[in-house]
Amino acid sequence: MSTGGKGVADLGVPERRDGPDAPGEGGCAAAEPAGCGPAMTRRELMRHAAVVAAGSWLASCDEATREAFFQKHFRELTPEDRRRVIARLETDAKKRTGVDVKIADTSARPGVEFGYALDLSRCIGCRRCVEACVRENNQSRDPQVRWITVLEMDKERGVDLSHADAYYDRETVPAEGHFYMPVACQQCRRPQCVNVCPVGATWKEPDGIVVVDYNWCIGCRYCMAACPYGARRFNWREPHLPAEEVNPQTHYLGNRPRPKGVVEKCTWCIQRVRKGLYPACVEICPVGARKFGDLRDPNSEVRYVIENKRVFVLKEELNTQPKFYYFYGV
Amino acid sequence: MPWRRIHLFYRFFEGSLRLWLSGDRWYWLWIAFLALCIGTGAAGYAEQLRGGLGVTHMRDPVSWGFYIGNFTFLVGIAAAAVVLVIPAYIYHWKPIKEIVILGELLAVSAIVMALLFVAVDIGRPDRSWHLMPFIGRLNFPTSLLAWDVLVLNIYGALNFVIVTHIVYRAFTGREYSKRFALPLILFSIPAAVSIHTVTAFVYNGLPARPFWNSAILAPRFLASAFCSGPAIILVMLQLLRRYTSVEIKMEAIWKIAELMAYAMFINLFLFGAEVFREFYSGTHHLLFTEYLFEGIDGHNTLVPYAWGSVFCSVTAFLLFLTPKTRQHPVTLNLGLLLIYSGVYIEKGVALVIPGFTPSVLGEIYEYSPSRVELQVAAGVFGVGFLVFTLMLKVAVPIMTGRFSLEKSPARAGRRAPGPAPEPEVAASGAA
Repeated sequence: MSTGGKGVADLGVPERRDGPDAPGEGGCAAAEPAGCGPAMTRRELMRHAAVVAAGSWLASCDEATREAFFQKHFRELTPEDRRRVIARLETDAKKRTGVDVKIADTSARPGVEFGYALDLSRCIGCRRCVEACVRENNQSRDPQVRWITVLEMDKERGVDLSHADAYYDRETVPAEGHFYMPVACQQCRRPQCVNVCPVGATWKEPDGIVVVDYNWCIGCRYCMAACPYGARRFNWREPHLPAEEVNPQTHYLGNRPRPKGVVEKCTWCIQRVRKGLYPACVEICPVGARKFGDLRDPNSEVRYVIENKRVFVLKEELNTQPKFYYFYGV
Repeated sequence: MPWRRIHLFYRFFEGSLRLWLSGDRWYWLWIAFLALCIGTGAAGYAEQLRGGLGVTHMRDPVSWGFYIGNFTFLVGIAAAAVVLVIPAYIYHWKPIKEIVILGELLAVSAIVMALLFVAVDIGRPDRSWHLMPFIGRLNFPTSLLAWDVLVLNIYGALNFVIVTHIVYRAFTGREYSKRFALPLILFSIPAAVSIHTVTAFVYNGLPARPFWNSAILAPRFLASAFCSGPAIILVMLQLLRRYTSVEIKMEAIWKIAELMAYAMFINLFLFGAEVFREFYSGTHHLLFTEYLFEGIDGHNTLVPYAWGSVFCSVTAFLLFLTPKTRQHPVTLNLGLLLIYSGVYIEKGVALVIPGFTPSVLGEIYEYSPSRVELQVAAGVFGVGFLVFTLMLKVAVPIMTGRFSLEKSPARAGRRAPGPAPEPEVAASGAA
């Protein structure tokens, strides 16, 4: 309660502050000590060339920084690489947050495709999902980062984004004549954000979750321009997270502490759902408006909703084919 | 003989250095001004590196701003500068070589600035190597930004090679190699069109942003660029005509002004077509145009810019349409200024920001650049103009024949101002 409570009312309000805050992390960050292994591919050779190019500047950096600089794309890491990278990131997280953070790299379970359903007739706009999400996913408290946006809308107009209000006062919900529509990543089957990324730093996992490699993202923000749901967040400043509020159970592709200058987004709590738990927002919802499950499991809750209620997706005309379904349960 | 070539190139470099270090009071004042801009920009960028992009006024709802607007404008300049080669050939203008050289130099400087604007916009510049083909993981051909990175770099290199070749050949007293340069010059024309098309497609291909998702966006980009690019060239041509012995006919300048009027007509026509569709159909997609020209609920930061841009463009169009006003030095230059401002606002402000306002979830965040953004932009322009100035400082004396191998002072005893067309021979003979 303590974390999300403060300032949820101004959630996502762009701050017009000038001047830098806390000093950023070291100038150099990102990669792989080149020059191990006798058999060198062409690619590795090119990597060597890059090492030489960046040489003099890197000479002044320590080993961890050098490794960070040359870290490969997550999907190119061998199991051995992964162990080393994760060990380095855990040390780094300890240094930054003061907490022993555990970073998992659990893969998708074969044959699983996650889906989500949200009952608009139940949602009361209390924003508890926003709070739970912030706590679970180690979002920056200062500056505020929120993955879920809850929109207040006129009953008269129906779902009309051009008249939506994300800054309503939650003390008075549900307000007369209004209903509420939480929006986060829709985990599209045809994600625009993935297509536009110039370096392939974001992709769709086999279980359908769209993820970001925070150590590969260059922070160009093209994905933010491409996302029709405003689901992506950028770390405009160094994210800050009080030690006592850190959730130490994290995933490489999800809620591990993020660096400055990269994009992040909702992953349906990848660190939980791959262990068979519900996403934090589903668990916290006091009115049971949120349903989650495996779309390929005929007995899952989300399957039940699709079979027995009438669902719709947001901005269906864009053909992004979300796996996030809205419905009116009553 | 590679050794002789190296020596020759050394002489070229030495001569260029001498040229850069010599100039009148105005030259040094200009250099000092550019240095000041660059210093300011560097300080701003240092602040941004420390504090993160939060020192700009960009935020999640408006995630691209002034930097990317300037980038877009400068890609247009780079493209249009080279396309002037076409009319130069068609009309057999006297200063054709000068126009080619000027265009290429401008293109190189504009590309330098465009790439710098992208570089300062990214959150993790330390990871820019991820964009390198083979070394990093360039998402080609799926991402339009990957295309843009490729074509801009190729185009910049292409122009640099062409112009260096022509100028260096002129320095050694030889005509440029037609076999080598002409295909490259001809290739640079479609390449110019393609860089601006690709840059338009970066925006165009996003169904999430109805303001950009219009089929005439790329044609509009080209039309407006063919106004702003020649505007700079015309100013340069007039200056050269006035202060150097480069021979430039006023007729050529007037002809370019006339062509600019046609380009501006197409630009305004396409703009009108867009405005008609938006207002007559009046769908939700109208919101962005409304925000730009009328403001929404008192949010009207962009309104004066939007109308200012239209005013500049229409006035310039009328000035350049009438033969009398496009041939009068005052109205000619007024028109150039208006065109430049009109297109700068159109691309720098009125393209990027309304695409994001209101946001995809209907939020209105009023963006205007922060102090740091202005500082960094000044720095980038400073670098670009410095590059342009230094290149001109070498190219102009070569064009006018005042700087060449024969005339560049060599060390005592080696000087051999022979009339020989092959300077290598002359140089070795003297030694």
